[in-house]
Amino acid sequence: MEMVNIKLNGKPLQVKAGTSILKAALTDEIKIPALCAHDDLDAWAACGLCVCKVEGSPKMVRACATEVVEGQNYITHDPELQEIRTTVLEMILSNHPQECLTCGRSNTCELQSLAGDFGIREIPYEMDIKDIEADKSTPSIVLDPRKCVSCGRCALVCQQLQNVWALEFLERGHKTRIAPAGGVLLNESPCIKCGQCSAHCPVGAIYEKDETRKFLAAVRDESKHVSVQIAPAVRVALGEAFGMEPGTLVTGKIYAALRKLGADSVFDTNFSADLTIMEEGSELVHRIKNGGILPQITSCCPAWTDYMEKYANDMIPHFSTAKSPMMMQGVMTKTYYADQIGTKAKDIYTVAIMPCTAKKYEITRDDNMWASGEQDMDLVLTTRELARMIKAAGICFDCLEEEDADSPIGAYSGAGTIFGVTGGVMEAAVRTAYKLVTDNELEDLNVHAVRGMAGVRKGVVDFAGTDIKVAVAHGMAHVEEILNEVREAKAKGEEPPYHFIEVMACRGGCIAGGGQPYNTNDTVRAQRVAGLYNDDEKSVTRRSHDNPEIAKIYKDFLGAPMSHKSHELLHTKYQERPIYSK
Amino acid sequence: MQTTEEYKITDALAAFVEEWKDKPGNLIMILHKTQEEYGFIPRTIAIELGRMLDVPLAKIYGVITFYHFFKLEKPGKNQIAVCMGTACYLKGGEDLIKELENLLSIGVNSTTEDGQFSLEAVRCIGCCGLAPVLTVNGEVYGKLSTDDLPAVVAKYTE
Repeated sequence: MEMVNIKLNGKPLQVKAGTSILKAALTDEIKIPALCAHDDLDAWAACGLCVCKVEGSPKMVRACATEVVEGQNYITHDPELQEIRTTVLEMILSNHPQECLTCGRSNTCELQSLAGDFGIREIPYEMDIKDIEADKSTPSIVLDPRKCVSCGRCALVCQQLQNVWALEFLERGHKTRIAPAGGVLLNESPCIKCGQCSAHCPVGAIYEKDETRKFLAAVRDESKHVSVQIAPAVRVALGEAFGMEPGTLVTGKIYAALRKLGADSVFDTNFSADLTIMEEGSELVHRIKNGGILPQITSCCPAWTDYMEKYANDMIPHFSTAKSPMMMQGVMTKTYYADQIGTKAKDIYTVAIMPCTAKKYEITRDDNMWASGEQDMDLVLTTRELARMIKAAGICFDCLEEEDADSPIGAYSGAGTIFGVTGGVMEAAVRTAYKLVTDNELEDLNVHAVRGMAGVRKGVVDFAGTDIKVAVAHGMAHVEEILNEVREAKAKGEEPPYHFIEVMACRGGCIAGGGQPYNTNDTVRAQRVAGLYNDDEKSVTRRSHDNPEIAKIYKDFLGAPMSHKSHELLHTKYQERPIYSK
Repeated sequence: MQTTEEYKITDALAAFVEEWKDKPGNLIMILHKTQEEYGFIPRTIAIELGRMLDVPLAKIYGVITFYHFFKLEKPGKNQIAVCMGTACYLKGGEDLIKELENLLSIGVNSTTEDGQFSLEAVRCIGCCGLAPVLTVNGEVYGKLSTDDLPAVVAKYTE
């Protein structure tokens, strides 16, 4: 690897060739302020805060978009640069509403922090705030263009990482705004509600819809039994809101916190992840054994499902009809569990804590989400919303004693927990499908072929002499590569290139979902991924079909995977949707 | 307004797209041709062009809202363009706009409800000696005062 010798503020430093000044400085713990630069995205020098000096040159450069050059001495901080950066901040603030107290990003805003660090006490320029109404059309996120600082992260995320193109810069100069094409609302645009824009926005211009008050109202309603489930990825991220390292496993503390917040029963989406594997795995085996349509494609990510219905609806016959774990948990709570505690579906209020903003959309996406006779899932709160509720309730999260989930739909296997990471659904499915196909257990439960962070991963798993071909994609922009292989084979009349494909909309999977704590990058992703694999390793059972509560629910209630009852409650349908509804 | 009107790709536009399809920088050329054909960029045509060129609609709107040249709404039958170049501005171009807004009951950069007139402010049109100046459908009217405007409008009123 080629290395370059540079100086930072006179101090010698060696970094990889091709490193930006901004990243080179970080290797020496020097933080250059920036609002537009983000590790997930190409630098494009929009905000102007990272200006630096190059010794011997009269020109200042943007540290985010300038690669280091051998022998140069870069000045990252001095009084003149501080003055320039202060001016840039003051100008940004002159176009930014002073509404910090009621803003969705209060306490987590990158602009607010910088204004604090730079000691800005007044804005010497005339205030010029855009007069554009906030777009609250989707069930998932709010777009408030008045607060936009034109950093461009959301548009880059939506276009480069997700290939969705719901957001673009429209108009120019001081009229520039982020919006869907042609004056339509976000909900009429191709937006898949993944919320990656909200996770990357440095300010409060895009944020998750806060629905915490609905939860508080439900727990105060004596007639309702409030049942809460938590998604796999929440347990390795929530701790960050309370100063813990990313990846810290806080499952037991979350159960305890939810009970303190007023939940009557606390379950785990990991249980229904195991249930999903029983259904989806059986569906796969059925397709393989009976010459069904292959490959089968996973359907548990609602942002991916929305994308498929709009952009790739030729894939509908390939989609697993199994509902997502969250929806399965909802309907099981309002049927099976309701029977157990002798109550009715209408008297249960189901809440899911999710790493995801698209899950807020999923609960009413079509009629099949009312399989229990009532709305199966009443409310979805993101990890960020749960963190706020815990803080507002004055709960010392760190001090909480760990508790267990409730029975009978709370226990989970290691296979269920890795649903939260890219490749995890595939790995969990392989562990169970192997048993269903060969009647033996897979020896090495760690399916290395599908692990890792490459955008597309392909592998072959040996099912006792039969090669099962699998592929995994994450980050919506990577999915077309695999789908095109499927389309080409179909057009040529060849064998399908894969048996099973897993897709998750967000880079890294749900652990880096649009509703997770801020400041996610690949380092944080790796820590959260490690947290979930660790949870898997230490699980008593690591295969979905070994989960005793799964065996019980089939024996007592569902009969068998793919049974009539399963189909009625746990499976769904898909439909073509226009990319623009207007 | 005619925004709900259906538009079809004209033969001329289809041929033009075919010619430019694989060339770099084609989008801006094709959008120019589109405006030449329809007088503006109809949304249905923008969607269709996106399909033909495999370009996201968001990108097309990024371009057509960035450049003032492109119009998103159908212009009036008679297009009034008031010069806002330096000379015309100093000689009272803005007063002309205000008076026309009054006479036509519309704001600048919009079209009357009957589709007869649209009003826009443009950059220097190159006849500063006649300031303040405006054009109607390309015909130049110079050395105007606000009192002259009712007659100019009347000339084009059906």
